Amino acid sequence: MEWLYHPWPWYVAGPLIGLMVPIMLFIGNRSFGISNNLRHLCAITQPPNVDVDFFRYNWKEHIWSLVFVIGTALGGFLAGIVFANPEPVQLSQAAQEMLISWGFTQPGALLVPDELFHTSVRNFTFLFASGVLVGFGTRYAGGCTSGHAITGLSTLQLPSLFAVLGIFAGGLFSSWLLVPRMLS
Amino acid sequence: MKRYFPYLLVGVVFGFVMIKSEAASWYRIQEMFHFQSFHMFGIMFSAIATAFVTTQLIKRLGSQKSLDGHTIEIPEKPAGRTSYIAGGIIFGLGWGLIGLCPGPVFALAGTGSMGAIVVLAGALHGTWLYGALKQYLPH
Repeated sequence: MEWLYHPWPWYVAGPLIGLMVPIMLFIGNRSFGISNNLRHLCAITQPPNVDVDFFRYNWKEHIWSLVFVIGTALGGFLAGIVFANPEPVQLSQAAQEMLISWGFTQPGALLVPDELFHTSVRNFTFLFASGVLVGFGTRYAGGCTSGHAITGLSTLQLPSLFAVLGIFAGGLFSSWLLVPRMLS
Repeated sequence: MKRYFPYLLVGVVFGFVMIKSEAASWYRIQEMFHFQSFHMFGIMFSAIATAFVTTQLIKRLGSQKSLDGHTIEIPEKPAGRTSYIAGGIIFGLGWGLIGLCPGPVFALAGTGSMGAIVVLAGALHGTWLYGALKQYLPH
């Protein structure tokens, strides 16, 4: 049972993620993708007096998708709490050196840095604002890493290639220019 | 409710993989964007390769039925360019900052991370904002 506790190498995790695409097709002819659920959650909670067109549709047809992400959270609970990895994240030497130069004392001790995720007004403002970018961007692009990079690229769709190039460009900008400045 | 059970099960596997692969780790995402490890690229490339081979197989087999009786069709994304690039960049900016995309957010929220729940709240507001501004944006 050791394997349930340890992190999984890329050649195990990657194919399992890739299998989501045919499995979702096989279960109910569904397209694998996560970010549509954000739209469904907006549709469910939209007050009648607000009434934005984009969220006026029968979300009940998408319950399967919401059930999937409830499962995702449950899987996260199992993997992160019940079968928690006692070891730090095995980052490369180069990444550890970079993170130490950014001021982290124990890079990889937990899955996410306490310095950015622990409860504080500053952290939660940062997390919320970045979350807004993620939510806005994924819907504007019509998908996220799962819907575009995995489902879209694997089924050879040009729009997904545009989206993935955009995603990577944005990510590089943040990771090279914004994050180091924010931390110093 | 029974017809939703397969989705729940596959969702659990997906969430489990998101954590065990460390794709939900802020550190791993920074490491990836700085090209300091093959780990995340290995995940992406092998995921795409697996999905490519299996969907090609489904295509070759011809009209197959899903468990609930639908004819399996490989979904097509609507044609376009501007919205995909612009949306991708905005999403990427957020991803590079918090190291969490929508899949891992749900998985990390399941571990009880308050930070992940705040990201999710932000993402819902961002999604809503897009819905409200959609007609003014170039697509």
